[in-house]
Amino acid sequence: MSAVPSSTDPAAAVAARAGAGLSPSRWQRLTWNRNWLGFWFMVPAAAFLLLFLAYPLGLGVWLSFTETRIGRAGVFVGLENYVWLADDPVFWLSVFNTLLYTTVASVFKFAIGLYLALLLNRHLPFKAMIRAVVLIPFIVPTVLSAIAFWWIYDPQFSIVSWSLRELGLLETNIDFLGDPWNARWSVIFANIWRGVPFVAITLLAGLQTVSPSLYEAATIDGASRWQMFRFVTYPLLTPIIAVVMTFSVLFTFTDFQLIWVLTRGGPVNATHLMATLSYQRAILGGYLGEGSAIATAMIPFLLAAILISWFGLQRRKWQQGEAND
Amino acid sequence: MTEIANPRAPVDVKAGAGDSTEGMGYLETLPRRLVTTYLPLAIIVFVLLFPFYWMALTSVKPDAQLLDMDTVNPFWTPTPTLKHYYVLLFETEYPRWLWNTMYIAVGATILSLVSSVFAAYAIVRLRYRGAQWIGGAIFLAYLVPPSILFIPLSTVIYNYGLFDTTLALILVYPTILIPFATWLLMGYFKTIPFELEECALIDGASRWQILTKIVLPLAVPGLISAFIFCFTLCWNEFIYALTFISSSPSKTVPVAIVTAFTDGDVYRWGSIMAGALFGSLPLVILYAFFVEHYVAAMTGAVKE
Repeated sequence: MSAVPSSTDPAAAVAARAGAGLSPSRWQRLTWNRNWLGFWFMVPAAAFLLLFLAYPLGLGVWLSFTETRIGRAGVFVGLENYVWLADDPVFWLSVFNTLLYTTVASVFKFAIGLYLALLLNRHLPFKAMIRAVVLIPFIVPTVLSAIAFWWIYDPQFSIVSWSLRELGLLETNIDFLGDPWNARWSVIFANIWRGVPFVAITLLAGLQTVSPSLYEAATIDGASRWQMFRFVTYPLLTPIIAVVMTFSVLFTFTDFQLIWVLTRGGPVNATHLMATLSYQRAILGGYLGEGSAIATAMIPFLLAAILISWFGLQRRKWQQGEAND
Repeated sequence: MTEIANPRAPVDVKAGAGDSTEGMGYLETLPRRLVTTYLPLAIIVFVLLFPFYWMALTSVKPDAQLLDMDTVNPFWTPTPTLKHYYVLLFETEYPRWLWNTMYIAVGATILSLVSSVFAAYAIVRLRYRGAQWIGGAIFLAYLVPPSILFIPLSTVIYNYGLFDTTLALILVYPTILIPFATWLLMGYFKTIPFELEECALIDGASRWQILTKIVLPLAVPGLISAFIFCFTLCWNEFIYALTFISSSPSKTVPVAIVTAFTDGDVYRWGSIMAGALFGSLPLVILYAFFVEHYVAAMTGAVKE
């Protein structure tokens, strides 16, 4: 324990007294010293995060090496769960689905979100109101809006099928959630619908910090619209894009709610993501060990996503000459 | 070049400061704006809002019209009914679920905010040894998704004897909220001038007095932002509630609504939609009053 004296801290007074031969009492040390005080302040948050986040995270990895079932403690079985999963076509199908779901949804969320942000950044009447309205899909709980999609995707009474039939474009109803590929595209669409507002509004906040004079200068230099976007908007927006897309990718990759409401992984496992498959195996099937192995298998992908964005950010900071705070 | 540019510099700064200036928008003609701006915007907004219109419409349609799209145009109903809402509120446990959701969300949010205020203040202003690292660790905790935690957490919850209680959710949700709220509040606390605290220290204030009498009153906008966002996250949470709660009276709205309104194979779409709409209403109302805070929370967490 070292009390570093500084002019802004009462520890200085304590240290001064200690220097004069009056050692501070234990109580004073616990309430004035900056390290101890910091410790007390961190206790509530740390308790929650250690008990319900760090410990379960470790426990999950441990469970994946055991054959624990619900209501029965498991024994260590090494990599057996993983070996079993490596031979399980349903698991690989869920990996494929997760990657497809994440990639397609993220690309579209980014493209549409950026486009919407650029539109909202223009001079519009009722701009504040439009912005508020755009964000509503993000406010409403996913499950509740997924229920609306569930009804829109109904095999018999879908409003989309009905409209297309009335317009003479279709003869029969679309089986949105009954056919494997239809179901995949349907859940991806619902995910994009839900994610676009978040991307758009956060990117809009980034766009609003770009000075209009840069565009004026670019216009005078004869830049086209595309060049202005490519060489002015995009570079200035890169740091915020990196963060937004990391979050977007993370939350899409680990999505559960939307799939669970719309398809529960069906038809014939065609829309099972890794998260839904682990729920089905662990909670409904009772094989906690196997479910944990599926969940643990998600961690490398998440780490990859975080690292990519982290290094992306670092590079931007270095280029802009910002001090690393 | 620089000499010529310099006198204009202050003007440029002013132009960049607010978005009240038109920029170069005046160069565009109306037909062009119509095609490049208003039309795509209208299409996107239509797609974003249609599911809500459809939800609202379904919830007031009589049952017969839900399943017969040929006699009456399905985009409108000439005979709206509140029957589905009546069934929802008086013949099911819906009020109970709504209360559970509210109770859990408020409980978890308050617990998280209190913990986060202390943690954020300590990291930003006490700067104890290792504060930087703890700050980084908290950010990483934000990136740990519930989907990889729910299995081990279910065994933890079971061992603590909290299974199937609302208390379990109140204690677990802070793991999602604390990292976010701490990160957001750290940003707010950083903007409060250090000199104010130094003055208070010289006047003999304790750290506790500084926190409650100086820092917190100045951070009220940040606290509101954090509260609203945490509340929304709680309301939205699904996988923990689905895993830890099994008996109907303890369920939250999102979990209950997925399972409750099916008579065998028949879905009562009217009541399901009424429930979904009614369940989102508190959030939408809260949002309507605090749009700016909400946006600040969302973008603030990203910018930091």
